Amino acid sequence: MFLIPDPVVRFFHRMASPPHFYAFTGRLMPWLVVVFLLVTAVGLYGGLYLAPADYQQGDSYRIIYIHVPSAWMSLFIYVVMAVAGAIGLIWRIKLAEIVAISSAPIGASFTFIALVTGSLWGKPMWGTWWVWDARLTSELILLFLYLGVIGLYGAIDDKRTASRAVAILALVGVVNIPIIHYSVEWWNTLHQGPTVTKMDKPSIHVSMLIPLLLMAVSFKFYYLIAMLQRARTELLLRERNAQWVKNMVSESK
Amino acid sequence: MSLSRAFFAVIRRDLVLALRRRSEIANPLLFFILVITLFPLGIGAQPHLLQAIAPGIIWVSALLAAMLSLDSLFRSDFDDGSLEQMLLSPHPTTVLVLAKIIAHWLVTGLPLLIVAPLLAVFLGMPNHSLGTLLLTLLLGTPVLSLIGAVGVALTVGLRRGGMILSLLVLPLYVPVLIFAGNAVQMAGSGLPVDAQINILIAILLMALVLAPLPVAAALKMSIH
Repeated sequence: MFLIPDPVVRFFHRMASPPHFYAFTGRLMPWLVVVFLLVTAVGLYGGLYLAPADYQQGDSYRIIYIHVPSAWMSLFIYVVMAVAGAIGLIWRIKLAEIVAISSAPIGASFTFIALVTGSLWGKPMWGTWWVWDARLTSELILLFLYLGVIGLYGAIDDKRTASRAVAILALVGVVNIPIIHYSVEWWNTLHQGPTVTKMDKPSIHVSMLIPLLLMAVSFKFYYLIAMLQRARTELLLRERNAQWVKNMVSESK
Repeated sequence: MSLSRAFFAVIRRDLVLALRRRSEIANPLLFFILVITLFPLGIGAQPHLLQAIAPGIIWVSALLAAMLSLDSLFRSDFDDGSLEQMLLSPHPTTVLVLAKIIAHWLVTGLPLLIVAPLLAVFLGMPNHSLGTLLLTLLLGTPVLSLIGAVGVALTVGLRRGGMILSLLVLPLYVPVLIFAGNAVQMAGSGLPVDAQINILIAILLMALVLAPLPVAAALKMSIH
């Protein structure tokens, strides 16, 4: 712990307290929304308008500005969920549990978007809605893993117990995801030769890359906004009998 | 009682219990045979087609049979309270849980190996791939029990855990299915399968070491 500067430690300790978290994220939210809107506007303008059309794929490649960031987010959120779950499991911090479960539906949505956009792109490019491509397949399995997490949380009535169950499952999943990913990749290369899927990936041009990175940042901010919003609601729901919630409600009347 | 004695006592107890309720052994086995019988009826009895998809059919059916048998792993012990006693004992839960999983595999996983040759004949699999099929079942089904135990431990406290269990467990079964199914297929074509077998061994060893930890944690959560 001596490696972490004192103010940082204090910040995290204070964030673990529900009323402080609620007030702080409430103040933070407008700024997050402003940054998100700005980055998204610039990213979309760069990606859909400024970036040149691809010499092979024409304009249809532009779906990567949604598809690729979604696919990145799908994995990123699962890792966040597992880390938050582990923190909740080890230190019994309520807020970490809430962050973990609030992330799950957003992660599942991003995974779903990545699958749908991949399929939409695949129709003109590969001539079919679905191929058992390694990445699509492991993305599909990731979606099932997310749905398992959501389903398990919904099935257990006591939400503190449910949070611990979700944390354990997310940790098991995070160990398994690399194994699943590489086994699917290996399966695909053996079953199906590099005919359709292995188009020579040209190294991406800067004018296309910058909007892509901007969109990735924008998606991170969107996740932060959506996750905090869900977490705040969940927090109010769980703490509805706590004094600070009662005070807040009576003040706002 | 020393740890090793406790370990073997748990295995012996579970085996005795299973032998007194033989339907628990028979049900997954019958299911395994029935599902494989359904495939020729569903897709037609063309020998070439059946032969081509036989490894996949056998392994998918083994996966489903393993999943269906999972519920009996902790259910009765959870209901009569002996699971609670086990968690309260001074021995590490992970070791006792591992003993239960091994006993469960001996009762539900091992019998699949015995009927697999018969089913291979049903589906017209070439004789020289039979050894690989048995080897993959020997290495793969314990992994199914170990991973499945995590799912059961998480859902044992629920009244309707059945559907959610399949959602939790089946995606995690994917690597075993891929490597085992592929090994049998390759062996049928006379190709070497060392790589797949080695990976299956690696997965089994990893599952043996890692799986008892989340199982123990999840059981403590379910009991609470």
